[in-house]
Amino acid sequence: MSAPLLEVVDVAKRFNVGTRFSRQGVRTVHALDGVSFTVMPGETIGLVGESGCGKSTLGRCITRLYDLTSGTLRFAGTDISSLSQRQMRPMRRRIQMVFQDPYASLNPRRRVRDLIAEPLRVHTTMSEVEIGKRVAELLDIVGLKPDHAMRFPHEFSGGQRQRIGIARAIALNPELIVLDEPVSALDVSVQAQIVNLLADLQERLNLTYIFIAHDLSVVRQVSTRIAVMYLGSIVEMGSADDIFARPAHPYTQALISAVPLPDLAALGSAKRIVLTGDVPSPVNPPSGCRFHTRCPIAQDRCRSERPVLTEQVPGRTVACHFPTDVTSTG
Amino acid sequence: MLKVRDLTVSFRTEQGIVRAVDGVSFDVGEGELLGVVGESGSGKTVSLLAVMGLITDPNAIIAGSIQYRGRELVGLKSRAMRELRGKEIAMIFQDPMTALTPVYTIGWQIAEQVLAHNNVSKSAAWQRAIDLLAEVNIPKPEETAHRYPHQLSGGMRQRVVIAMALSCNPALLVADEPTTALDVTVQAQILDLLHKLRRNHGSAIVFITHDMGVMAEIADRMLVMYAGRVVERGTKQELFSSPMHPYTRALLDSIPPLTGERPRRLRAIPGTPPNLLNRPPGCAFAPRCTLRFDKCDTEPALGSGQRAAACFRVPA
Repeated sequence: MSAPLLEVVDVAKRFNVGTRFSRQGVRTVHALDGVSFTVMPGETIGLVGESGCGKSTLGRCITRLYDLTSGTLRFAGTDISSLSQRQMRPMRRRIQMVFQDPYASLNPRRRVRDLIAEPLRVHTTMSEVEIGKRVAELLDIVGLKPDHAMRFPHEFSGGQRQRIGIARAIALNPELIVLDEPVSALDVSVQAQIVNLLADLQERLNLTYIFIAHDLSVVRQVSTRIAVMYLGSIVEMGSADDIFARPAHPYTQALISAVPLPDLAALGSAKRIVLTGDVPSPVNPPSGCRFHTRCPIAQDRCRSERPVLTEQVPGRTVACHFPTDVTSTG
Repeated sequence: MLKVRDLTVSFRTEQGIVRAVDGVSFDVGEGELLGVVGESGSGKTVSLLAVMGLITDPNAIIAGSIQYRGRELVGLKSRAMRELRGKEIAMIFQDPMTALTPVYTIGWQIAEQVLAHNNVSKSAAWQRAIDLLAEVNIPKPEETAHRYPHQLSGGMRQRVVIAMALSCNPALLVADEPTTALDVTVQAQILDLLHKLRRNHGSAIVFITHDMGVMAEIADRMLVMYAGRVVERGTKQELFSSPMHPYTRALLDSIPPLTGERPRRLRAIPGTPPNLLNRPPGCAFAPRCTLRFDKCDTEPALGSGQRAAACFRVPA
């Protein structure tokens, strides 16, 4: 077994909101709390959960756009969690990010050529001619035409803009790409194109992905393994097929059952678990298991004692006192 | 109850006239739930805004006929339209935060609507607001009525907007992507709520979405729109089990499955929807269609039946 590409060990991230002059004083948002997992080379890890569960914060911590409050990040054996921004610079070539909104993440006043060339100019000593060649090559890889290079972002559709964002991210031949909701802003018919493109690139360029999305069917399609997050922590992690076929955590079960299927045959048969209420505030998260306030099977123990992520069967970890047994069902 | 015939909405722009909605016809029966699916720019929202009389852009040109219970709405005076809107026809928008004013409590906002359309006292209107909040499953309605929109979560806000829309027991409710901005678990709650309200009030609903899964769950009949036109129409069962138009079929095929075997690649639709400024002649979907042939250079007509598709490959 090869060495992991990325190790996330007990990562926490807290934000302070308000000032001491605001009515409630300074409050602390517990955005991430004790998150640990490893990513193997060539894998796609899907991060799913509702808004506010910390999946985007985690992505931004991994790319060191945010500093960690505590915990360790090891990338290819090197501890990158306490590198200064300057020390981090050579690492940035190897860890790239694609953002959700291709309208907001591309500078509207720059041509596509310059947008894609920027990382090359910053990180390499390539000549302008070489850069021009590389840009043409990148445009071709992501399925854009050579004459698109001289255009501005507003001349493109959402799907094409996301292709530009992807071209930028792969320009430096990175090893890990964090994709933060890369297809959520796109129309269904275009979404599939981008999902396919990402799969092709992964194969062709040996990429490792961390794929953040709230759309469960997209995450299932792209991921090798999936981590389900709730209020800043991972509640269940396992292979994509297993998690969807036999979810063990009650939250995962509710989340999967809540997805409306475009299939009439499934309509009568599926039992929907409707959760009551909303996700509690991460400013003061509930005691014990953070899901107990909405959990259909919560008991006294869940209110006082916080479950830790433990391996239930090989390759499946669950943080629940009363998980569904996934071994017995066929 | 609602009869839309040959509705066309065009906008004058600097680059020329954009036909956002181009000859759309549909009916909504009493108590029925009509689902309208399509991608962004397909004209689904604009056609329903026209029904609501909410297109106020002076550069908009609305043609065709919209009849609500026998009454023509196209060209209706704005005062008469306002009378109808809220009382008989109500609308729910995608983003509940923009539909609510941030400076008044939600109870007041609902009560105001009750006062505007009914001859009741202020305290009676407030009581009605609290009853409505209770009906849309808002916990502790008396307390919540005193809150401001920013103090509520997205799902709660959408419930408030639904409560507002229901305040006058509308016969027709237009819901424009009401669950798109919400998380799936909250979406499930809102869909359940709409089911319940339909049972209790018997309102007809026009539900706009791009999510085929949501359609499968709630629609009775469906319209599929592409580039400003209706390309297919039928009952939900017909559309899901035997889609006729290549676009409908491709749309269903491109959704990654949630159960069973994962396909190695998704069957994506190549290309992008056409620019409505220079719409290609003939079938708008032809450039992306795998079944195109020479006849597709002319515009296929949508049959007049309850089950129809605008495609030459489909036997009429």
